[in-house]
Amino acid sequence: MARYLITRAWQSALTLLLSTIVVFLGVRALPGDPALALAGEDRSPEALEAIRHHYGLDQPLPLQFAQYVGRAAQGDFGESIRTGIPVSSMLTTALPVTVELAVLAILLAAALGVGAGVLAAVRRGHPAEWLANGLALVGLSVPHFWLALLAILYLSVATGLFPASGFVPLLDNPVDNLHHLILPAVILGTGLAAIIMRQTRSAMLDSLSSDYVRTAKAKGLRPRAVITHHALRNSLIVVVTIVGLQLGGLISGAVVTEQIFGLPGFGKMTIDAVFQRDYPVIQAVVLLTAAAYIVINFLVDLLYSVIDPRIRVTGDPA
Amino acid sequence: MTVLTVPTVDAAPAGLTRRTRVLRRLRRNPLAVVSFVVLALATIIAVLSPWLAPYAVEQTDFGHTFAAPGTPGHVLGTDDLGRDVLSRIMLGARASLQVAILAVATSLVIGVPLGLAAGYFRAWDAVISRFTDLLLAFPFLIMAVGLAAIRGASLTNAAVAVGIAQIPGVIRVVRSDTLRLKSLDFVAAAVVDGASDLWVLARHILPNATSVILVQATVAIPVAILGEAVLSFLGLGIQPPAPSLGTMLATAQQFAARAPWAAVLPGVVIMGLALAFNVFGDALRDALDPKGDRR
Repeated sequence: MARYLITRAWQSALTLLLSTIVVFLGVRALPGDPALALAGEDRSPEALEAIRHHYGLDQPLPLQFAQYVGRAAQGDFGESIRTGIPVSSMLTTALPVTVELAVLAILLAAALGVGAGVLAAVRRGHPAEWLANGLALVGLSVPHFWLALLAILYLSVATGLFPASGFVPLLDNPVDNLHHLILPAVILGTGLAAIIMRQTRSAMLDSLSSDYVRTAKAKGLRPRAVITHHALRNSLIVVVTIVGLQLGGLISGAVVTEQIFGLPGFGKMTIDAVFQRDYPVIQAVVLLTAAAYIVINFLVDLLYSVIDPRIRVTGDPA
Repeated sequence: MTVLTVPTVDAAPAGLTRRTRVLRRLRRNPLAVVSFVVLALATIIAVLSPWLAPYAVEQTDFGHTFAAPGTPGHVLGTDDLGRDVLSRIMLGARASLQVAILAVATSLVIGVPLGLAAGYFRAWDAVISRFTDLLLAFPFLIMAVGLAAIRGASLTNAAVAVGIAQIPGVIRVVRSDTLRLKSLDFVAAAVVDGASDLWVLARHILPNATSVILVQATVAIPVAILGEAVLSFLGLGIQPPAPSLGTMLATAQQFAARAPWAAVLPGVVIMGLALAFNVFGDALRDALDPKGDRR
């Protein structure tokens, strides 16, 4: 167990270092002088010289990299070249929106996906199974941004049931906050729910035909007890695994969803930055996403080894 | 004197009967047949769309903007510039399929050799695993954002971003199948016979891994179709006025209240294409599953 965790920690740290190098070199791969890109409007020789000095662009590359890592570790990602606001304070306002959206989406997807997956596995050949399977396929195939467009068109604009855009912070007014976030969260969660449903169903089918379930049934345990007991444990593993694996998709999905619903989160900040060629912001966004992905997946592995004892013994995901 | 015939005899007839068995299973599955027909039709229309489309895609007609579907001469109506929606959908679907195929081909060209190497050579496994981790750390949209910042937004940029994002999946399935095949007797026989690593990989492992690669490619295409649509919708992929289902939806968003059909139709096509690939991919996986028809 300890050895497995040390290996994983070391691997995660290495990946983090590599991704930092990729982002660092990516900025140097920008066409033309990076100082020019970072300068924005003011392109006088003095301003460029100041930027070169500020970002250490006049230093050797390895030294630049060390400084870059040093700054990033302290949360200093420079300032937006459009607004002059420090990127770190832009992140402080944007991140809570995205995290709340993602957590809501995961909760909704897990509830829906596990429920439908268990139902489809238990009611084999029943219309419910067909419905659940069909919905899962549609959930995998539907473009989420299109679903968002339709939802705005038919649920917000036409009926006024939900606000079409905007955001109210959770602490200002929890009810209004939820009212603004529920539609985006449902849409962001659809794909995830479909994947969780299919995996839950397949894990349930496996465990329903396994020896330990037959033993449990033979001992006279009621079918409902067998299902709830074994389904819950297996579903937990499925959900945790999928959230780890699909985190990238969830982040991508959040970017699009926020853009469409006008939520002032991480995703909207990213897209705005691309179109304004706001390089310090893009750089910070890419680096932070990679770091978040690596750290969260490390945590998922930790959690996974707590839930699934096989990993503690063999040190290898089953 | 060689025993090279042994593995060939071992693999060839089994492969043939297996292929017939798989095809028979597919033919007996109505969902597989329907999705295959849909995909075949969509491909034919996409390939021939420059000739089949009733109007030139960029031909504007300011006298007939926002024509509703069913208008004579414009079966699916016109958009904000009076361009024929049917023609743009046909050409847009063509672009979707192009990007998807380009992206999946990219991921196979890079992912298959890496997966084979990771599964076959123990020493390479760790290095390739770190590479996979590194790729996974950049979600495809973030990668597309970075690429667009460096190289500018374009169809190629979209295909590259979507393709790179699919490499880890390809490496994973090819690696695990290689590990499985490596432990089988016919590979051991070839090795004992003095076959080189490269020969074993190319002649024995790769041919037997084609079914998992095929399934992976089939399920990757709908993901790529959706990926292209998202990127083009956000303005990071195909650039207007070139037709793309994603850019059509981005334009339609601005006029959605006035011309809702323009916001509905391209999405239906994207979903239809992705759904057909997903249904066919499921059927193919079931048909290839040696355990038989455990749906």
